[in-house]
Amino acid sequence: MSLVQEPAMTAPSTSPETTSRAAALMKRRSRIRFYEIIVWVAAIAAYFLLPTKMLILTEIAILALFAVSLDLVLGFAGIVSLGHTAFFGLGAYVAGLLALHYVAEPVTGLIVAGVISGVLGLLTSFLILRGSDLTRLMTTLGIGLMMAEVANQMAWLTGGADGLSGFSPTAILGLFEFDLFGQTGYLYCLAVLFVGTMIMRAIAFSPFGLSLKAIKGNPMRAGMIAVPARKRIVIAYTIAAVFAGMAGALLAQTTSFVSPDVLAFHRSADVLLVLVIGGTGYLYGGIFGAVFFTLIKDWLSVITPQYWMFYIGLLLVILVLIGRDRLARWVEYLPERFSKKEGGQ
Amino acid sequence: MLTILFDGIAYGMLLFILACGLTVTLGLMNFINLAHGAFAMAGGYITVIMMNRYGISFYWCLPAAFLVAAVIGLVLERTLYQWLYQAPHLDQVLFSIGIVFMAVAGTDYFMGGQQQLINLPPELSGRMEVMGVGVGRYRLFTIVLCALLAIALQLILSKTRFGSRLRAAVDDRRVAMGLGINVPVVFALTFAFGSGLAGLGGAMGAEILGLDPNFPLKFMIYFLIVVSVGGTSTVSGPFLAALLLGIADVAGKYYVPAIGPFVIYGLMIVMLIVRPNGLFARGGR
Repeated sequence: MSLVQEPAMTAPSTSPETTSRAAALMKRRSRIRFYEIIVWVAAIAAYFLLPTKMLILTEIAILALFAVSLDLVLGFAGIVSLGHTAFFGLGAYVAGLLALHYVAEPVTGLIVAGVISGVLGLLTSFLILRGSDLTRLMTTLGIGLMMAEVANQMAWLTGGADGLSGFSPTAILGLFEFDLFGQTGYLYCLAVLFVGTMIMRAIAFSPFGLSLKAIKGNPMRAGMIAVPARKRIVIAYTIAAVFAGMAGALLAQTTSFVSPDVLAFHRSADVLLVLVIGGTGYLYGGIFGAVFFTLIKDWLSVITPQYWMFYIGLLLVILVLIGRDRLARWVEYLPERFSKKEGGQ
Repeated sequence: MLTILFDGIAYGMLLFILACGLTVTLGLMNFINLAHGAFAMAGGYITVIMMNRYGISFYWCLPAAFLVAAVIGLVLERTLYQWLYQAPHLDQVLFSIGIVFMAVAGTDYFMGGQQQLINLPPELSGRMEVMGVGVGRYRLFTIVLCALLAIALQLILSKTRFGSRLRAAVDDRRVAMGLGINVPVVFALTFAFGSGLAGLGGAMGAEILGLDPNFPLKFMIYFLIVVSVGGTSTVSGPFLAALLLGIADVAGKYYVPAIGPFVIYGLMIVMLIVRPNGLFARGGR
């Protein structure tokens, strides 16, 4: 904890020595680790090695972006959200409607969906500033349910329970056509995931991200060392909403279909589970968790198509009882060794 | 108009019975139990099984629902919940969502996904006129029973030795333990009692709220609103919050059906802005 708060405390002082120490700390924290390279190389290798698995790979990439965006809220700002799917669903609907009525070009849709979700995030972030964890749970859950209800009631716009279909996105940037096997779709999602993760990484490992962790650790002390907690939370929540919206847009564009399921509660729970499997607070947990979760879910839905929810629940209970910290620790061991080796070279 | 008010009160009373166990869980152990609705659902399904399969009278089903839910609550509390009292809120949330998922899928497996119906005894069904107001008999029964329960709860909490132990433990757990109060036992009993009440509420609510495997998910937000608006330190706080929520929900669905579902969310947001710490929050908590 002391390590985390140090730079925020020393930053205002102009002594060159402390500044350089803080700068060195920041540099060490934000250094690109070896496992990160492995993740991206593996993602690209999967494109060549598993040409028949494009759809599930795409699903993983989308879920990963969604989970990484939640990590910014949960792992860094420490806000337990039960309604993160509100932004995911909004993004999906915006992208779908845009493709249906106005522009079928995916990148435009992606950006518009991100912006609109961000606006919703900004508006609702003021509600989560108030009260305790319990009130936050209630508020985020309420926002998620409210969005689901809106989508259901505005059937003239969203297609209600039938969902939104009958649109097909055109070539990405006018260059790359979507193909039948979803190869373009996977590369597109992967590219967005990469850019999104890099942007969030830059945010999370900046002094801004450190101050978020300070707020998570102790809001009152964070306030004492002049971290404007409310403002920071609003900003982090809005950014997370933008990327969650983009993940939703990706889903709408790659499947050419938006169902009310994108706003369902179990999605919010799923993405929490994804993060918990992968570990919170270092962004890549979202990606590791997404891989693991999607594979498990795929496997379960083959065994018990109707009751996979039971096993997801069981997994959650076991995970918590074992202790998710203990479970996520292997991830810490692995990259640390790899990154040390890299540092020694 | 008065009929709607009446229905709203019945609905609110039910919500109170359903949620009041949760206020204790939260207030006493600071444990966020999203699975509270699962106990209510257990009570509801016990009633359905007993009535529809074995033809047992509705009046016997209510105490049975209470007992079964209480036993389930006690067992789960001793085996699983008690390990997580000191855990961060995220763990508690994940754990209880897991329980909910298991309950939902398990119920679906054993009982099927359809809406369950129960046949009320003839003297409870139908409506009657009381001073020119149409009153559903069952709703009147619900209100009377819930009101009696609420009064009994208030008396237990304020007059008995167990009640004062409980209040002491809620106020300051460490000092209460220092005074020789066995807080874990107090809590286990209260948890079982709260689960039992939820089961009773589920049994009574099968007629009014409906009963299907998604019950715990559907009413999760209602419980959260009741608890966070009403606060966790009194019986009257959640009681008034539940009444308010019930009346607002019924009236909203009746008068403005198009935006009816949004009434409670609007209410929730207004409440958050006006009184972020609950309607009847005490200072410093």
